[in-house]
Amino acid sequence: MRSDKQNSTPMGLKIAAGIGLAFLHLPILLIFLYAFTTEEKSYQFPPPGLTLKWFAVTWNRPDVWEALGLSVRVASISTVIALTLGTLCAAAISQTKFFGREAISLLVILPIALPGIITGISLRSAFNLAEIPFSFWTIVLGHATFCVVVVYNNAVARFRRMSGSLIEASMDLGADGFQTFRHVILPNIGTALLAGGMLAFALSFDEVIVTTFTAGQQATLPIWMLEELVRPRQRPVTNVVAMVVVLVTFLPILAAYHLTRDGDQISGQGK
Amino acid sequence: MPYAVSFQQVSRHFGSVRAVDAVDLEIEPGEFFAMLGPSGSGKTTCLRLIAGFEQPTSGHIEIFGETAEGVPPYRRNVNTVFQDYALFPHLNVADNVAYGLMIRGVGKAERTREAEAALEMVKLPGYGARKPGQLSGGQRQRVALARALVNKPKVLLLDEPLGALDLKLREQMQEELKVLQKALGITFVFVTHDQGEALSMADRIAVFNDGRIMQTGTPEEIYRRPKTRFVADFVGSSNVLSPQLTEKLAGVAEWSSLRPEDIRLVTDGGHEATVTGTSFLGSATRLTLDVAGEKINVLLPSGTRVPAQGEGVRFSWNSDALHLMGAKA
Repeated sequence: MRSDKQNSTPMGLKIAAGIGLAFLHLPILLIFLYAFTTEEKSYQFPPPGLTLKWFAVTWNRPDVWEALGLSVRVASISTVIALTLGTLCAAAISQTKFFGREAISLLVILPIALPGIITGISLRSAFNLAEIPFSFWTIVLGHATFCVVVVYNNAVARFRRMSGSLIEASMDLGADGFQTFRHVILPNIGTALLAGGMLAFALSFDEVIVTTFTAGQQATLPIWMLEELVRPRQRPVTNVVAMVVVLVTFLPILAAYHLTRDGDQISGQGK
Repeated sequence: MPYAVSFQQVSRHFGSVRAVDAVDLEIEPGEFFAMLGPSGSGKTTCLRLIAGFEQPTSGHIEIFGETAEGVPPYRRNVNTVFQDYALFPHLNVADNVAYGLMIRGVGKAERTREAEAALEMVKLPGYGARKPGQLSGGQRQRVALARALVNKPKVLLLDEPLGALDLKLREQMQEELKVLQKALGITFVFVTHDQGEALSMADRIAVFNDGRIMQTGTPEEIYRRPKTRFVADFVGSSNVLSPQLTEKLAGVAEWSSLRPEDIRLVTDGGHEATVTGTSFLGSATRLTLDVAGEKINVLLPSGTRVPAQGEGVRFSWNSDALHLMGAKA
């Protein structure tokens, strides 16, 4: 049968794919496994015993809470900045035509294509030149540079799918700019903004490189983990935190994927 | 009584492109007015100038005696039926229709009632709960019409509203639009590139070309007495005769137009021609004649003998059928 033939894949290819996937994901499972180990100084395999005590230990470590709090605050504020600037920028790029539009579009996307270390170094030297002391806000600024891109990309894709005459129709029916934004634009780009916002949050939450250059004495959660790895004290605590980070970043990305997957049809097209 | 819409020397330039070029236009209240022209002739830009989506580069626009330049679309008592309908995809049909009322702060109960009444007017009662995506093209068109009319505009603008419909539905909507317009007494301004549609629906027509109005008049005037070669050719594909040929046939050295259906074949008298092509159209047969090197189309009613290709024939016309358009049309 023809369809059977098409579906049958050579065994070798199946095995290769399996090995590839295992290589990608087994190390993550190992991280999870060592969160339960009884041995705290080195990672030996198999773990000598399993325990839940590291969850309690982690819960009682103030430095973990401090780092988590900082990360959440940085990610939240970066996301808010990204949502505002990203949406405005996407609206300008997709709804109007002006000289240098493509160039500006490229410049907005550039920070995510640029290596983080370049962004980090350039921001650091810029802060130094401007004599801005490193603080919570310098971290936020650093994160906002790439968070804007994610929101912008999501919003611009949705704006492109939205028929331009929807906005004119709303104005034609008596709505001013603000009313049109509230009643027509926001409902149509809402899910794209939510998805972009969650991706931005996740990106900011696990960012290391730019943060290393723009943070002063403060440590966000990923920085804290990096520092923790070189100190062999209560090592499984890092693994517990790693599990939390995976959950906190994975869930929004999954949700964002589901939100943007639907709605491929062009909204407002009548034909 | 002021004009419903009046343009005085209105121009709209996009860079070096003169989309609308020194247009003068007067539309009477309660009129069904068509703007006819090929794409890129400036008719849609004129519509957008009335709606307020475009501002004139120069000139003066009045809507019912009030200056329109500088007034944003949401402060004009004018509503538009868009070419792609532009229904809000996230709202159901009733909320789409009630949108203008909602923006004006009309209470929920009243706007529901008015929206339903408007839907009834366009023959879609009970469709309020559906989403635009669940409607056919013709139904969306009606919803767009109801959404505009529910606001009781002084002028309703229609941008090629029937372009996306199939022939049968288009003819039905043409009829309904005419009836609706007469019943409501609202000024309709209608943009189309379909000359048949303009001739059958409009009280008056403005024929556009290259950002200018070539001629304004009733369908009868436009059809019978085109002022320029462009109008003669665009409206009803008339035969446009060069001054040389007109002089030979009628003794006047001017451009002229001669309708294919006004020409008949005769056995003696008239003028000589050679048949270069025939095509059967159903209700008639179209002959292409060669007359002193120029092509002339003739419509033969069915039932008459169709001469063969290459045959020599003689043709004539009623004296008033040849319409002179001047030496430089």
